[in-house]
Amino acid sequence: MTRPRLQAEHVRLGYDERIVVDGLDFDVADQSVTVIIGPNGCGKSTLLRGMGRLLRPRGGSVLLDGKRIDKLPTKDVARTVGVLPQTPSAPAGLTVGDLVARGRQPHQHWYRQWSAGDEDAVAYALSVTGMSSLADRAVDELSGGQRQRAWISMTLAQQTSLLLLDEPITYLDLAHQVDVLDLVYRLHTERGTTVVMVLHDLNLAARYADTLVAMHDGRIVSQGKPDEVLTEELLSDVFGLDAKVVADPVAGTPLVLPISAHLRDEA
Amino acid sequence: MSAVRNIEAVPGRKQVRLGRLAWSLRPRSALVPAVCLVLLVLVAALNIGRGSSDIAVLDVLRTLAGGGDHAETGIIFDLRLPRTLAGVLVGAAFGLAGALFQTVARNPLASPDILGITWGAGVGAVSVIVLGGSAGQVSGAVAELGVPLAGLAGGLVAGLLLYVLAWRRGLDSYRMVLVGIGLAAIGHNVVYWLLTVGDVDDATRATTWIVGNLAGVGWEAIGPLALALALLVPVTAASVHTLGGLQFGDDTARGLGIRVDRARAVVLLLAAALAAVATAVAGPITFVALATPQIALRLVRSPQPPIVGSMILGALLTVGADLAVRTVAPGLPVGVLTAILGAPYLIFLFLRTRKEARA
Repeated sequence: MTRPRLQAEHVRLGYDERIVVDGLDFDVADQSVTVIIGPNGCGKSTLLRGMGRLLRPRGGSVLLDGKRIDKLPTKDVARTVGVLPQTPSAPAGLTVGDLVARGRQPHQHWYRQWSAGDEDAVAYALSVTGMSSLADRAVDELSGGQRQRAWISMTLAQQTSLLLLDEPITYLDLAHQVDVLDLVYRLHTERGTTVVMVLHDLNLAARYADTLVAMHDGRIVSQGKPDEVLTEELLSDVFGLDAKVVADPVAGTPLVLPISAHLRDEA
Repeated sequence: MSAVRNIEAVPGRKQVRLGRLAWSLRPRSALVPAVCLVLLVLVAALNIGRGSSDIAVLDVLRTLAGGGDHAETGIIFDLRLPRTLAGVLVGAAFGLAGALFQTVARNPLASPDILGITWGAGVGAVSVIVLGGSAGQVSGAVAELGVPLAGLAGGLVAGLLLYVLAWRRGLDSYRMVLVGIGLAAIGHNVVYWLLTVGDVDDATRATTWIVGNLAGVGWEAIGPLALALALLVPVTAASVHTLGGLQFGDDTARGLGIRVDRARAVVLLLAAALAAVATAVAGPITFVALATPQIALRLVRSPQPPIVGSMILGALLTVGADLAVRTVAPGLPVGVLTAILGAPYLIFLFLRTRKEARA
């Protein structure tokens, strides 16, 4: 079996004095959608930030195409791995077009700051996210769903073959959540993009993931197909959640139905 | 087919292509600096014309172009040009320094005066003035060259201190502003302490310098100033393309392949050097570095302070303020006017920020 493009080997990640993830191994399956789930503070975002080189490992290593990601030139990494942080912020008044054009930064040099290739990539990223007609609008004036699409569009303009998204659908209503996930899935099917996402919604995670990764206390406790991972035992062990798991009548993927306290009392 | 064509691949971003190269065309980002440049030439000519015997603007322009009579050529080139030229260069340096600080700090409050850079330069320069006078042993050429050099050194030390003290696993912009305000307060007080140490004459000389003054600047200061800018401005221009990414959060900037901490350090050091060089020549002309980038940003309607626009507008503001002061109250240093303008602007900035935070 060939080596996956993005891997973590015994990686140790943390902030200041606090180690969040210690000695973790993680292979990202190529050209598939991997979704990381887990309770708050379990280290999902930390792991994603480490994989995306936003956080330098304290130990072990993150490997991109077999090379240590923190030793590679930063621009090379940015041309291969696109990262969308959890709550990105743009300066007031920045237009969508300008934001998306920033995604071309890793492809530019001080002597050649804008090329026809850049223009094409930006036009593509805007049209695939349905943002072309909003290119002139300021990012801070958009609705939550549009803003998230604008940021995804910027990440797409980077034209990377790997995409790491940290909670891309938080704060969106259900229709917009599905909208964004459909877009990500289409990228994956049409362009073979490898996607790693952190999601909180277990049912949507199960529906869109090829591989589901469950984390708890900085460790990966389960990894595999959604129906293998998302079991009633796991929900109880990892999330401390009393729930029933049934087959989703729409997609056939696991559907988590929490058993709330007042229902338990009645039973 | 012509080599240059206009296309509109991305809606709202008209652009010009030449072979494989393309630039997005923004009328305002070219128009505003152009208009400011024309105004600058006019104001500069007016300012040069001012003096014991006024010279008309057209005569000044003709003389500068090499067509003036002997007397006017002598007056303008030997006596009057250095003051205005210094205003242009110093203003441009302050404008650029302010734009860089504000982009790195992502904060419109960040400017060399607020962050203590100019006060660091002040400590250096005033030390030499005071110690170079009757109270100290420094004299002659050292005192002559020493003021600008010590100012430069002081400003750079302040910039370095700012970076080191604000650093804690990365450079946080909010911490940088707070540390800078602290540094400015210290610099402030050291300067005043130095004034009490020196004798009255030195203190008077130092005070004029502290306020910011273009009156005394001669050709001997223009050379080093122009040389420093000729070195610093191209280096800045080459590092400008990372500035666009630095305006985002750290994670986004890193995701774009920018080495955030190194890029910030480079830009910060360049900005400190520009501010220090300018302060060394003319003293801290407050408000120029603070307001120029924000005004330029609004005129150009760009999301971050424009580099060229800030330079030209900084020069225009400085020379304009000098002209205004000379017209209204001859003999008053230019820094007095900019300080009077600066205080209400600062209050406006605070009020506006609070409103935005609430919205």
